[in-house]
Amino acid sequence: MTSTTIDDAPFIEPSTRARRNYLNDEYGVLSWLLTKDHKRIAILYLFSVTIFFVVGGIFAFLMRLELLTPEGDMFTSDTYNKLFTLHGIVMIFFFLIPAIPAVMGNFILPIMLGAKDLAFPKLNLLSWYIYMIGGTLGVIVIITGGVDTGWTFYTPFSTQYSNTKVFLTTLGAFITGFSSILTGLNFLVTIHRMRAPGLTWYRLPLFVWSMYATSVVIMLATPVLAITLVLLMVERVLQVGIFDPALGGDPVLYQHMFWFYSHPAVYIMILPGMAVISECVAAFTRKKIFGYKFVAFSSLAIAFLGFLVWAHHMFVAGISVYAAMIFSFLTMLVAVPSAIKVFNWTATMYKASVSWQTPMLYVMGFIGLFTIGGVTGLFLGALGVDVHVHDSYFVVAHFHYIMVGGTIMAYMAGIHYWWPKITGRMYPEWWGRLSAMLVFVGFNLTFFPQFLVGYVGMPRRYHAYAPEFQVLNVLSTAGATVLAAGYLLPMIYLFWSLKFGRKAGTNPWGAVGLEWATTSPPPKENFHETPVVTWDAYDYPAFLKAMRETQHV
Amino acid sequence: MAHQPDHETYSGHAAPPHQAPLGMYFAVFGALMVLTVLTVWVSRIDLGAMNTAVAMAIAVVKALVVILWFMHVIHSPRLTWIVVICSFLWLAVLFVLTFSDYLTRHWKMD
Amino acid sequence: MSDATLSHNAEHAAEPHGHAHHHPFLQHHFEDMGQQHEASTLGMWFFVAQEILFFGGIFCAYFIYRAMYPAAWAAGSKLQHWEIGAANTVVLIGSSLTMALAVWGAQGARRKFTTLMLVLTLLLGGIFVGVKGYEYAEHIHHGQFPGSMFTYVHAQDPALTRGIELFMTFYFTMTGLHALHMVIGAGLLLYFIRRAWRGDFGHEYYSPIEIMGLYWHFVDIVWIFLFPLLYLV
Repeated sequence: MTSTTIDDAPFIEPSTRARRNYLNDEYGVLSWLLTKDHKRIAILYLFSVTIFFVVGGIFAFLMRLELLTPEGDMFTSDTYNKLFTLHGIVMIFFFLIPAIPAVMGNFILPIMLGAKDLAFPKLNLLSWYIYMIGGTLGVIVIITGGVDTGWTFYTPFSTQYSNTKVFLTTLGAFITGFSSILTGLNFLVTIHRMRAPGLTWYRLPLFVWSMYATSVVIMLATPVLAITLVLLMVERVLQVGIFDPALGGDPVLYQHMFWFYSHPAVYIMILPGMAVISECVAAFTRKKIFGYKFVAFSSLAIAFLGFLVWAHHMFVAGISVYAAMIFSFLTMLVAVPSAIKVFNWTATMYKASVSWQTPMLYVMGFIGLFTIGGVTGLFLGALGVDVHVHDSYFVVAHFHYIMVGGTIMAYMAGIHYWWPKITGRMYPEWWGRLSAMLVFVGFNLTFFPQFLVGYVGMPRRYHAYAPEFQVLNVLSTAGATVLAAGYLLPMIYLFWSLKFGRKAGTNPWGAVGLEWATTSPPPKENFHETPVVTWDAYDYPAFLKAMRETQHV
Repeated sequence: MAHQPDHETYSGHAAPPHQAPLGMYFAVFGALMVLTVLTVWVSRIDLGAMNTAVAMAIAVVKALVVILWFMHVIHSPRLTWIVVICSFLWLAVLFVLTFSDYLTRHWKMD
Repeated sequence: MSDATLSHNAEHAAEPHGHAHHHPFLQHHFEDMGQQHEASTLGMWFFVAQEILFFGGIFCAYFIYRAMYPAAWAAGSKLQHWEIGAANTVVLIGSSLTMALAVWGAQGARRKFTTLMLVLTLLLGGIFVGVKGYEYAEHIHHGQFPGSMFTYVHAQDPALTRGIELFMTFYFTMTGLHALHMVIGAGLLLYFIRRAWRGDFGHEYYSPIEIMGLYWHFVDIVWIFLFPLLYLV
């Protein structure tokens, strides 16, 4: 039997795909482009972020090709600068920041809360259009010559010396930031004011707690990036010296303002990943998450502490050593709530009967790789170590372990976990598992050598390097090829499953949560009747009982 | 749907909060005018480094007055208070930690 | 919701829960008007919170440079006319008063009063922006616009000139962003004047005016800080 869904739970009914659901409710391009349905908007985002992921991936692949040989022989230095800049900008602003919130948050959050939609559906659609406008500017930049400042746009190079499309790029990033802000705003109001009857804070799925924390970070950090980019644009256009030392400005001030956003930004990227992991661990161990309140509050703690550590990106930039010491200490603190989550997920799995479906494979990948990434972050947070490895491939490996080994693994877990809910179809499990393995192997082969090569001195953002680093670089590029295959396969089989996948019932995983109490795919208004929640978070017996009673199975 | 809204979920008020008396708005305006005059008057006295602090203190009072009464925060739910306080708190984080760099750059290590 | 369906004005008493009729402006993903009101006000407060961080960022940079270049900051401030700034402050606070009164009027379904107050707010806001435009023109005329057009040199201490240009960069950016917010606010006011005149608002539904007020008061608060920092150093 090829099907490997959990169909031993008593409430799983045979495929009862709703006749009318949000997908077939209305037809036509305009019904999608002018939709106010959060589910359709999530699908719009899914298309867009996937395209940008491919674009960002292509830049990465070109970089890895260049790095096969120690000489900078494939591209000029200027071109290589553009490659890593565009890779960073596309991946961060157009993929990682929106991905889980705008795709999974948009689709699942209102359903998890028992609401008919987000608080501001029109604003939600506007978010997507703003994102598309920012993204279009990004595409225009790519087509018209690119930008070479690094995604960090450090001054005065970006404002005075770079001859590339800095203004347009920062304008694109500025605009995209508002998409993020509006999404965060929507989530916060929905979580506060639109929960179903009986859904108290401590009954909420941990996904909601993490998305809440993410939204707080978005609201408070993104505007500071916005104003920083405004000042950047003013300096570039007027040729004044806000951040230019030759004209009396302080480039370190730019870095303070930039990182005040960009460090919390990494928590905007990882917290939604953690949100997905909590849901998947609960679902595939069929247990309540160990230490629910600790996990819930650790999300808030990460959000808060994440704002206090930004200058650890600036230890060697010329800040005062006393400030550096303060920030180093605070950086050590921020690891604690993340560690709490990892402990609690692992503790949940202890003595549980774990089902090793595709999402759970990605979850395991996440837990291991995020831990490595997080621990190496602690290394970097120590002043002495940072002086040695700052701006080396050690840093590159660290953040890719978190962003790719962490966030993207979680994204894949979430896509597979909720695929049946979103589409009404199961993906082919065997292919899912194969892809997860490829991603895990490919990822480690790509990025572990980068720790090594960075530690012994290879700098980042260089396309030429000392010959003794070549072996590790070749391994890294080989890994990138495997990783690419691991990402390409799901794009194919997920698309295939839309037509040929096994039809999914209401709750193919036997998980707890309001999204599993409605049909797959859900009706346009999410529920035929507003649900009343009488069960605690992840309370399997109570939820199953409630489902049996209300669904008459 | 006949059930009573659970107070723990959304507060299902049928009618929004109370309406303030008209005179309150004029009183607030008056206070803001007085404080504006004060701001200008104090700026013309040389208090050295204290000038900035005093000007900012008066501005803070004016802002508080606008927030509490013009923006109705004084009658708003607790959540509104939290949102307002948190935004200024986070701003304080930006200021304090950034200044911690600038103010200690020229300290000597012994 | 279609605007054309409102034939009665909202001065009718609030309708009880569970009634078959619902308020013409109730959006269907909300349970009732109370939830809708709470959601919209909370949403606007979150928006104001992020605006606080937006303006706050440039205030932070302003203070850093003020600490670094106190003499240039004082000299730059002298280039502003504090009387004009003070008068504009009175105008803007006045517009906050009329805005707050508009909210009061909307809550009480006072159609004409509300419309009048919104029109006054728009007028006062327009005066403010007009005066700022005059100030800008004056600065540009005297070569005080930063960048390639900057020709001003400080008479007593030419070395301060670079710092003064930096001050003027902050002046134009901060007041420019502020003015941009006012212009956006003016556009929104036009839209609400039309709706108020139509009689859309009443005791059960006045949150659009309330959140307009929140936005407008916030923009006023930014100016409350800008005035002493730019004009009275």
